[in-house]
Amino acid sequence: MEKVMSETNKKMHPHKFTLWVAIGSITMMFAGFTSAYIVKSNQAGWQPVQMPKIFFVSTVLILLSSGTIYLAYRALKNRETGKYKNLVSLTAVLGLGFVVTQFLGFKELWQQNITFKESVAGSFFYIITGVHALHVIGGIIALIVIFARAFSAKTKYYSATPVEIAGIYWHFVDILWMYLFVFFLLVA
Amino acid sequence: MSETTHIHEHVTSVPHEAHHEVHHEHHHETFLTKYVFSQDHKTIAKQFLITGMFWAVLGGFFSVVFRLQLGFPDAKFPWLEDLLGEWARGGQLQPEAYYALVTMHGTVLVFFVLTAGLSGTFSNLLIPLQCGARDMASPFLNMLSYWFFFIASIVMLSSLFVQTGPFSGGWTAYPPLSALGQASPGSKVGMDLWLVSMALFVVSALLGGLNYIATVLNMRTKGMSMTRLPLTIWAFFFTAVLGVLSFPVLFSGFILLIFDRHFGTSFYLSDIYINGQALPNEGGSAILYQHLFWFLGHPEVYIILLPAMGMVSEILSVNSRKPIFGYMAMIGSLFAITILAFLVWAHHMFVTGLNPFLGAFFVLLTLLIAVPSAIKVFNWLTTIWRGNIRFTPAMMFAIGFVSLFISGGLTGIFLGNSALDIHLHDTYFVIAHFHIVMGVASMFGMFAGIYHWYPKMYGRYLNNTLGYVHFWITMVGAYLIFWPMHYTGLAGMPRRYYDYSIWESFKRFTDINQFISIVAIIVFLTQILFIFNFFYSIWKGRKVTTQNPWGANTLEWTTPINPGHGNWVGEIPEVHRWAYDYGKDGNEFISQTTPVGENESKDH
Repeated sequence: MEKVMSETNKKMHPHKFTLWVAIGSITMMFAGFTSAYIVKSNQAGWQPVQMPKIFFVSTVLILLSSGTIYLAYRALKNRETGKYKNLVSLTAVLGLGFVVTQFLGFKELWQQNITFKESVAGSFFYIITGVHALHVIGGIIALIVIFARAFSAKTKYYSATPVEIAGIYWHFVDILWMYLFVFFLLVA
Repeated sequence: MSETTHIHEHVTSVPHEAHHEVHHEHHHETFLTKYVFSQDHKTIAKQFLITGMFWAVLGGFFSVVFRLQLGFPDAKFPWLEDLLGEWARGGQLQPEAYYALVTMHGTVLVFFVLTAGLSGTFSNLLIPLQCGARDMASPFLNMLSYWFFFIASIVMLSSLFVQTGPFSGGWTAYPPLSALGQASPGSKVGMDLWLVSMALFVVSALLGGLNYIATVLNMRTKGMSMTRLPLTIWAFFFTAVLGVLSFPVLFSGFILLIFDRHFGTSFYLSDIYINGQALPNEGGSAILYQHLFWFLGHPEVYIILLPAMGMVSEILSVNSRKPIFGYMAMIGSLFAITILAFLVWAHHMFVTGLNPFLGAFFVLLTLLIAVPSAIKVFNWLTTIWRGNIRFTPAMMFAIGFVSLFISGGLTGIFLGNSALDIHLHDTYFVIAHFHIVMGVASMFGMFAGIYHWYPKMYGRYLNNTLGYVHFWITMVGAYLIFWPMHYTGLAGMPRRYYDYSIWESFKRFTDINQFISIVAIIVFLTQILFIFNFFYSIWKGRKVTTQNPWGANTLEWTTPINPGHGNWVGEIPEVHRWAYDYGKDGNEFISQTTPVGENESKDH
């Protein structure tokens, strides 16, 4: 029994496993942020911020991108290289769209005089969603690396593991966004 | 006895075969890839150790300087001015410099020495060797982990040389001292460098921790089930789990702090008057930072302590020639400590206006830690009980660890009570408690580890005589330094004061303070002796001639005396038993690689 256990363990790629642990770690950071937000929101003089409308667009974009990266992974597994390249690019573009719409949302809020100096809730909002957007940008960079590899003429790269790992990370930032989105809608 | 010598002969015959094959493994390595940007976990371990030792000497020296001030507040030391310049104008340590040194002493020893230097060194060295892996799950990330630590070190070191001095608001960096540049000289650029350095350090700790966890869970050799792992590995594993889950929370606290410092937010600041001028910040709370800080800060205590516990368990068992007592209970108590470590952070905040009702829960959870701690102490004592003890320097330090852990742990029971804490908080009683139980005890665990695994690291032994001198002076010195502090602390002497002689109530402690300072200087000089021993022995120490000098069961002693990158020459050995078959069926020890014999008795 012990032997069987250790052999099934080895089936998981070490990088994939490392990513799972890293996901736990990132989750703790956002748990820290959002619990700080809850603690502060219970104090006197707290004025919540309204979620900018365009953030609904970002939510749709990142949800779509989760679908496209899954399809990209499937395409690579079936050796449909052309489709795979298109889907990876599409995912990166959707991710970029997410970051851009986030930025537009920040701009909109800032113009409503919700600045670092004026609003504690606003400061939290900028920093928490901003740090999340940085994680999305990290994911886009990973996708670009994979993308470059797919076009590299020297090596035919058929291992699905890097895409799978990027996919897990991508789904994670998606789920993390859904959490933050619902969190800000409910608490604010 | 004849059976044991037989086993020795059998074991020593292995490396000769191994040496023939070693040359196959050689691939071209430059000095840079072998010693500097190495991806070999053993080299990275040595890099962590030597950088940690550099910081230990520096951090220890800081304490010598501020102990001079505390012991001899009226004396002038011209040589101090030669050394520190403006910091010691007229040969007397300036108040700003005193606070800077206290802060740096804490930061450096907690993070750079006892986190990076301890867990960084021994997790790297032992996890692949004792699990039976050729290297870490990701050697590249592992290398990055060291280099992030190195850059963090450079940044922290550079903060000592800026004009306004390093950060001086205490190692916990509470706002507003840490958030407002106007608050003190050290809060200016020194604090920025502190934050940058600590952020880099968190990245280093996370990269390291990810690797340790992935390696322990995924890269064990055939037959090495989790319950056959040596306790060292269990301890490193839980240490990594603690780090990976708590450092990100500290990081989030730092991000908010950076925004408060530079972008005008008010997370931690509210209603502040500074130099008669009102600041616009409103709605912030300094307590919020304390929550975020101590959510890391308390697990950090166990990040420091658990590796020492793991190594001590192993060293006590090997040198008592007895199986560890209560192996599963040891794992269970490590697990319990890991869980409880996350649930007790507010006991650092009893006097911040924390709701007393909430405080009661934190008191209960804090005192609960006494249970797994007591289990561990009981098991250590029963492990050495009636053992055939070999008093090697490593064993001496391991026993010293147990002694310190008991005496430091007992005072923790006092401090865990929120009612007693009203009197005891921020006194020298607290200083005595955490220095003994966390600081000195973990240093002892680290020393034990260095003396025990030095033969594996460098293929030579440390000098034993110097080792015993080092042990006895440090052991006696540690108690002479910190025991009197319990007394002054109970009498109400607060920590962090610059000069106690101007306080009527603390004047009578002048002699005690002088005594403590003198002992501290002697103990510091003894550590220099150890440093000398360490570097001298790398080149001139007695050579290791047998593969398994301590007669230990674990896998690191089945590698060649000077293992190359990849650790084992041929196949990675298969594991057939747990790590603690000492004195079983008349055999002095049975290596984990020995298959279970037909007539072997069943019980561990």
